[in-house]
Amino acid sequence: MIGVGRRWSGAWSAGLLLLCFLGCSVEEVGGPSDGSKATGPEVATGSGEPSRIQIDGSSTVKLITAAVAEDFQSKVSDVKIFLKVTGTGTGFKEMIAGRIDIANASRAIKESEQADCAKNGIDVLELLVAMDGLTVCVNKDNDWVDTVTVAQLKKIWEPGSQVKSWKDVDAAWPDIPLVLFGAGEESGTFDYFTEAINGKEDSITENYSPSADDNVTITGVSGEKGGMGFLGCAYYYSNQEAVKALKISPTDDVAAGVAPTPEAVKSGEYKPLARPLYIYVKKSSLARQDVQDFIRFYLNDGLTQVSKVGYVELSDAQIKVSRDAFEAAITK
Amino acid sequence: MSIPNTAAMPTVSFISGADGRIRRRLLMSRVFAWTCRFATYSALAVLIVLLVAIVYSSVGRLSPDFVTNTNSTNPVKAGMLAGLWGSFWLILFTSLFSVPVGVGSAVYLEEIAKENFLVRIIKVNLANLAGVPSIVYGILGYTVFRTSAATLSIWFDGNHAFGVLGLFRVRLAKLPIYEDNILVGALTLTLVILPTVIAASQEALRSVPSSIRVASLALGATRWQTIWRQVIPAALPGISTGVILSTSRAIGEAAPLIMLGALSYTTMCPGNIDSPVKLLTRPTQVLHAPLDQFTAMPIEIYDWSKQPKPEFTEVAASGIVVLLVVLLAINSLAMIVRHYASRRLKW
Repeated sequence: MIGVGRRWSGAWSAGLLLLCFLGCSVEEVGGPSDGSKATGPEVATGSGEPSRIQIDGSSTVKLITAAVAEDFQSKVSDVKIFLKVTGTGTGFKEMIAGRIDIANASRAIKESEQADCAKNGIDVLELLVAMDGLTVCVNKDNDWVDTVTVAQLKKIWEPGSQVKSWKDVDAAWPDIPLVLFGAGEESGTFDYFTEAINGKEDSITENYSPSADDNVTITGVSGEKGGMGFLGCAYYYSNQEAVKALKISPTDDVAAGVAPTPEAVKSGEYKPLARPLYIYVKKSSLARQDVQDFIRFYLNDGLTQVSKVGYVELSDAQIKVSRDAFEAAITK
Repeated sequence: MSIPNTAAMPTVSFISGADGRIRRRLLMSRVFAWTCRFATYSALAVLIVLLVAIVYSSVGRLSPDFVTNTNSTNPVKAGMLAGLWGSFWLILFTSLFSVPVGVGSAVYLEEIAKENFLVRIIKVNLANLAGVPSIVYGILGYTVFRTSAATLSIWFDGNHAFGVLGLFRVRLAKLPIYEDNILVGALTLTLVILPTVIAASQEALRSVPSSIRVASLALGATRWQTIWRQVIPAALPGISTGVILSTSRAIGEAAPLIMLGALSYTTMCPGNIDSPVKLLTRPTQVLHAPLDQFTAMPIEIYDWSKQPKPEFTEVAASGIVVLLVVLLAINSLAMIVRHYASRRLKW
């Protein structure tokens, strides 16, 4: 028995040490009561660690935010920035639950989401950070089409679409089967594309291959002569040798087609598939110096990262709107 | 049937019908052997093609700094350090949780439990659970473990105290507990691999000859002594192989961890421990690490493969190579353990 006792005493003392680490300090009754220990300015963590900025949301905007965060950490401060990618909708849910400081969003916040935020006492600040031109791309060997009208896109992509071959869209095009690729329904890209083309969010033809990864769309379109897909412009700009982008004409006039060049997206000429990319900052987090510094950096040096990762920079007027909104929010 | 003179006629003769049948049967047996051979070698060929393709595409990026850098948005600088440490902690705690529970359950089911309705239900369901997709465990982990961690993090925010019998108050310390911490991830991975660990351990226990148990009991040993000193050591090679192979499955799991909210992009290793030396020199951080947020190797690989820049293909491939090397290391560990454990057996 003694032997066993000695054998286990190590484990016991380790367990006791752990309890000490869990540190339940004992106080006298009537000592300092709950909450009387002022913790000073709100910090996310204890124990003198550097504070953390928690970010979640869109995979599209994550590319920009990650680049800005890296730049910020190397140039300004070693604040720890933690990024998750769960999609725009889930990002807003996390924001509503109060778990994150910044939500990346590839669409504007919905009224229902805004209402849920308000219900939980969370106030968010919307900041436009970049523009994205959703690109409709086809195979490199596709020599029969350069411009596509919105009406034609609708005919191809609308729910219950009967289009099987290119000939079904326009009699002048060859009888090659049309194979469709694109983002899946968890993505903001999908939401925006379906709304802009089909007029109603989430409504789309059954005959396409959805994917959570735009690289799969590129691979699919480049491997299929009659392929067509839609994706964020960063994926097109990085893979220009693999697929061909179509000009989009908002009217039925094919000559009015506009290619998804950065200039056209920036000027607003590329319609209707140019979309804004946002970050939403929790206003209570803006009281923290590190979050303030990060957002200020984002809206100044940070915006130079936008074109580096493949999206379209804002016009000066748009940048000013974002900066003014931010300054107004922190002085309040 | 007349028996031929063996001296004059050494060869056996068949009547023509039987001769053909035997030839056909021999042919069938050869075809079967070739089919099996083909199955084996084609699997091997696929594996080799895969390995060559991955190593080939990783050549551009794979270098020592790939495992010493943390992640970056620049493909030339992106590295896997945070993922390696995240996976290290995950696997450490996954094994710590799954070995006692898994081996314990197997011992109970094989050695102690009487065959009754409940035990039979458990046994059947263990086989079913092994086939459940891991993302389902991710959802379970989210609802159970992550929610518990959230509650704990509220208790340990430094402002909670409990009165004990009106005599004194116990104040809970301020602990940085994150909802999406390593322990939550490890507990979820434990759920993923537990059915496999139990099944492997059961199999190993079953292969121990019952004469060992009977002899031990006959010499006056108690059931506890028999199990602890005879049966488990004898089953150890099988158990350890099963455990280590399940662990290497856990290393490759991304889906349940993403479900739990593991980080996609971070430059920080859990507890800020980024070198083995710090494991010894920074005890406070070591204690904080299990409660810290994390990323893991498969998550980083998944994230890189989704990047628009084609250069990240090389980074993702390098990540896969590193993951494969870690897996190989773990599997060879399994072989070594098996070798040494079975050397001690003397029957």
